[in-house]
Amino acid sequence: MKRRNFITKGTLGAFSALLGTEIVFGQTIPLGYRPLALQDPDPFKLFQKGSDMTVLNNKPWNIEAKAHLLDDKITPNKFMFIRNNGLIPENVDVNNWSLIIDGESVQKSKTYTLAELKSKFRQYTYQLTLECGGNGRSEFNPPAKGNQWTIGAVSCASWTGIRLKDVLEDVGIKEDAVYIGYHAADVHLSRNPEKETISRGVPIPKALQDETLLAFQMNGKDIPLAHGYPLRLIAGGWPASASGKWVNRLSIRNKVHDGAKMMGTSYRVPCEPVAPGEKVADEDMCIIESMPVKSLITYPKSGAMIKQGQSLTIRGHAWAGELEVSKMEYSIDFGATWTSCTIKKPTNRLAWQHFTTKISNFPKKGYYEVWARATDSVGTSQPMLLPGWNPKGYLNNACHRIAIKVV
Amino acid sequence: MSSENEFKQQVRKLYNKLIVAFCMIGIAVFGFIYIVLNPSIFAEKPEENTLISVPNVDGEIKDGIHVATGFIDDEGLTEVIQNCTNCHSSKLVTQNRMTKEGWIATIRWMQETQNLWDLGNQEETIVNYLSTNYAPQKKGRREVLTNVEWYVLED
Repeated sequence: MKRRNFITKGTLGAFSALLGTEIVFGQTIPLGYRPLALQDPDPFKLFQKGSDMTVLNNKPWNIEAKAHLLDDKITPNKFMFIRNNGLIPENVDVNNWSLIIDGESVQKSKTYTLAELKSKFRQYTYQLTLECGGNGRSEFNPPAKGNQWTIGAVSCASWTGIRLKDVLEDVGIKEDAVYIGYHAADVHLSRNPEKETISRGVPIPKALQDETLLAFQMNGKDIPLAHGYPLRLIAGGWPASASGKWVNRLSIRNKVHDGAKMMGTSYRVPCEPVAPGEKVADEDMCIIESMPVKSLITYPKSGAMIKQGQSLTIRGHAWAGELEVSKMEYSIDFGATWTSCTIKKPTNRLAWQHFTTKISNFPKKGYYEVWARATDSVGTSQPMLLPGWNPKGYLNNACHRIAIKVV
Repeated sequence: MSSENEFKQQVRKLYNKLIVAFCMIGIAVFGFIYIVLNPSIFAEKPEENTLISVPNVDGEIKDGIHVATGFIDDEGLTEVIQNCTNCHSSKLVTQNRMTKEGWIATIRWMQETQNLWDLGNQEETIVNYLSTNYAPQKKGRREVLTNVEWYVLED
């Protein structure tokens, strides 16, 4: 086809036309797209994930943990969920990676190299809870569209980086600044280079918190590619989509950021509660900010059979978005009675908290469920039933439970 | 006379040879410029149709499931594979449950925001396939725990 073009046009002018098509061709064809590593059909090897992790989607990659895999106090990479809206960037050139700060409310636009960011600002390390806004979506009725997360789209890793507020102070932001929006290097599923996959962010007060980081490291090592290498915004306690991966630009906005997945039903819930299945107009949807109080029993794995008289040790984590968990309880009788257990203080703000206790009062042989319920510092508890229905199935913080048999 | 003819013939032969030589040089130069401007023509290139690669619709059906994609085998399977697995994996379809209305709304959303094309007269087939095979099931307010793998937990 090309040769025919060449012969029919046959002039030097046609060369440039051909060259023009070549460039477009090169951008859309997945020619440069398939680095060998990303072609690996085995996601567990590709992303170094535990083989018990559940692959919900392989294009884009979405992988979740199971409750018992999250038993570590600090989530290792192998058990950290992957949530992608688009395609993982290819050919990340860390030596030429830079961060542009721009937007209506920046004093003067500025570009930092990655090396500058690392050397110019003091570095901090925090354990930060990241939970996907749609964690638990699979339970909603009527069903909500999207990846059907069960309980495993949550993690608490140790993140190292610089404070976003230090960078913003260095750049200088205007008084009318309302929001920061991130832009990143991932590729839209349609491969249209004009389209951004996801461009979300946080309001200025959240951006200025001590724990809001521009992170380079996860658990003491370079952030794995699937989790945002080489630079990730981390806003713990909020839907993890606010913590943009592969960030190369931050826009200081004088209005609520209006990037991809900030509008419509994306990461938004009805401002006022609605009946299950009800249609909600766009203007009646509000952006999710802090995630709700929640907990997981990470030991034992559901399905444990114990002997009568044997006591059962349980343990797990609880978190409460921007707040702290102040009370932890469990029930072995479907919520008829609850027993309190100790909940540890968080290592730092926005880190999940740990609980452990021994249950030795199973009254007789039979089938039981151990239910866990956390209460946050303003007295709000997890519901046993599904919380308020919303079109995209966000914020399911219903109590976690495991099945136990006393034999 | 004959020697004059011979000479003329030789000149003509030489002239023809020169023209051929010039043409060859011309073609070579032209070809060289083309290669310089299009260095990739010798590189291995995927077929042009990989841009909108037509996924493999053939393949094994086992227990009513199309093995390669996990889709239920039913009328419309081919259309669904061809239109729904270019941008995203079949898993994004098979893990969802929607009514006819819900599937149509999802298609519209993808057309408005995700570059999905007009499905034309295949839309009805696709929507029927999806709303028949991937329809919502009533789950109530909290489901019973299922697929519990029982194991002995030592003290």
